[in-house]
Amino acid sequence: MRVTFKLYAMLADHLPDEARRTNALDLEVPPGRTVGQVIDEFNLPPKLVHLVLVNGNYIQPGDRAGRALAEGDVLAIWPPIAGG
Amino acid sequence: MAWAKKILRVNLSKGTCASEPLNMEWAQQYLGQRGLATKYLVAETDPKVDPLSPDNKLIMTTGPLTGTMASTGGRYSVVTKGPLTGAIACSNSGGYFGAELKMAGWDMIIFEGKSPKPVYLWLENDKAELRDASHLWGTTTWHTEETIKAAHQDPQIRIASIGRAGENGVLYACVVNDLHRAAGRSGVGAVMGSKNLKAVAVRGTVGVGNVRDFKAFLQATTAAKKVLADNAVTGQGLPKFGTQVLMNVINEVGALPTRNANDVQFEGARKISAEAMHEKRPTDGKANLITNAACFGCTIACGRVSQVDKTHWSVVNNPKYWGATGGLEYENAWSLGAANGVDDLEALTVANMICNEDGMDPITFGATVGAVMEMYQMGVLKKEQIGIESPFGSAQALLEMAHMTAEGRGFGKELALGSARLTKKYGHPELSMTVKGQEFPAYDPRGIQGMGLTYATSNRGACHLRSYTVASEILGVPVKTDPLATDGKPDLVKAFQDATAAFDSSGTCIFTTFAWTLGDLAPQLDAACEGGWTLERLAEVGERIWNMERQYNLAAGLTAKDDDLPKRLKTEPAKTGPAKGMVSGIDKMIPEYYKVRGWTTEGVPTKDTMKRLGL
Repeated sequence: MRVTFKLYAMLADHLPDEARRTNALDLEVPPGRTVGQVIDEFNLPPKLVHLVLVNGNYIQPGDRAGRALAEGDVLAIWPPIAGG
Repeated sequence: MAWAKKILRVNLSKGTCASEPLNMEWAQQYLGQRGLATKYLVAETDPKVDPLSPDNKLIMTTGPLTGTMASTGGRYSVVTKGPLTGAIACSNSGGYFGAELKMAGWDMIIFEGKSPKPVYLWLENDKAELRDASHLWGTTTWHTEETIKAAHQDPQIRIASIGRAGENGVLYACVVNDLHRAAGRSGVGAVMGSKNLKAVAVRGTVGVGNVRDFKAFLQATTAAKKVLADNAVTGQGLPKFGTQVLMNVINEVGALPTRNANDVQFEGARKISAEAMHEKRPTDGKANLITNAACFGCTIACGRVSQVDKTHWSVVNNPKYWGATGGLEYENAWSLGAANGVDDLEALTVANMICNEDGMDPITFGATVGAVMEMYQMGVLKKEQIGIESPFGSAQALLEMAHMTAEGRGFGKELALGSARLTKKYGHPELSMTVKGQEFPAYDPRGIQGMGLTYATSNRGACHLRSYTVASEILGVPVKTDPLATDGKPDLVKAFQDATAAFDSSGTCIFTTFAWTLGDLAPQLDAACEGGWTLERLAEVGERIWNMERQYNLAAGLTAKDDDLPKRLKTEPAKTGPAKGMVSGIDKMIPEYYKVRGWTTEGVPTKDTMKRLGL
């Protein structure tokens, strides 16, 4: 199944070059792939995995390992950031 | 103590400048800056005063930590009755002006009356005099700064001034200091202009040496700086990406007000985001962002310095916009961009420059353009009236409207009214995205429910900087709460409002609160000032300030009916994103908020509340 994987701010360095200008990558993943597995697959530094959203909804740290993705989901991740 | 204990009172009608002692009893009750200056305004003016009349007063004020070595200790505020809202106005700015004012030996300047001719105040430590500004009238803030520095042959002078917007009575004109920083909201620059006061120029070499316990102060400020440095947000995220990093976040959570809040997600968000500012342009191979920048004493350095593409159509024939300049912050990128459907990063940077150059609040200006574009799309306003085709998404229309408003020509005179007055004039008040006459900023209350309550109850009209619950609802600071829930938000908003009022009265920046609590601020204040400043005392001072501002607004004629959101947010559900199908739950939150505040069902502080707070 296909999902969209987005990495922002410092985490964008973990995207392939061609995806950096959009911050987004289309991923083909097997059914049942979890948020935690995608994070592990990209070797994202745990300290930088702060704000994790699936379709804009926040996924608590304790729920990430068990949260299965569905066809068409958008998984977006930010390091600790803030604005005003 | 870190207060200078001195106020400068400037009577512009008489042309006099006089020193007087700071009321130290009030300083113990209201701390400084926002709280203390509001106390002076309350004590000295009629809340029903016409904001643009000589009877209104304008106060430039520092906090006890302004000018000290506390991190971010460079803040000052401009306090007055706001012409945009008819409510209390308190606009906070960074840069270097506030610290210079304090280092000249002054806590506060109170301007009263109206000068018969344009003047600027020249302050050199104890020396204060009004000087002719006829040659500066009709010019920009940038020209004013350059001319005053050249005249005094001193590049280290710090200047706060108004541009043509303030002179022309643009109701959301701001006071600009250090070229790119601004006391931005509620039209404090229009009040300054109404007094024929063009600028305040300061050179201070006295310093701020009289802290209560210097050794304890050194320890407290060093420890607090370490907290900022060790925190991932204030130590890394803000310096590298600035506030603009929120553009993609808020779009993703479906809370980015787009095209005058018709939508909550903007398809062009990424093109105007922090990530885009870092990328090399295909046209000239350079990035929009040059570097970050810090205000006085700041160890965060979230400021943006940008340079536009010289070949961009908006500046190709205008070299004065080619240099490095204050870059886009999140609010400006939203208000000039997403709010109007404009996704041209270079054009937005230029529009932001015009706002700085002539002193206009980009939030209200941009949101007003959004309302105009919607009326244009509806056929209510025509090209012949505006002067240019103005559909959503037109960067050309945005820039032309910025120029005409700054210069006070054509339809710019209508834009100068802000969206509440302008939409009412053309028969569509429902298109104004305002509370108490002030445009709301970059967070849609349908997708972040706490911000709806924040806007509705903000004492200075819709504002994100009175209780930034985005920190909790989206970013998880200090704890994550559900942005789509209304339960618990009245308590959350009150806590943020009270803590923010204390920070705004200290001389430090509210952005420290991504890492600091009042518990980090208290030891710094306590070492700097006498009075036994604790976390609990600061929370109480914050609550006292909030209720004092509320009382001022009630006396000015505002009522509970003014604690409301635009109809669109209550009746037109979000079309996309996590909040799809939802409207703001403001009507549910308001009664609970009044209860939490200790107010009557009509939103009036009870006698018990007033007594408890010593009001």
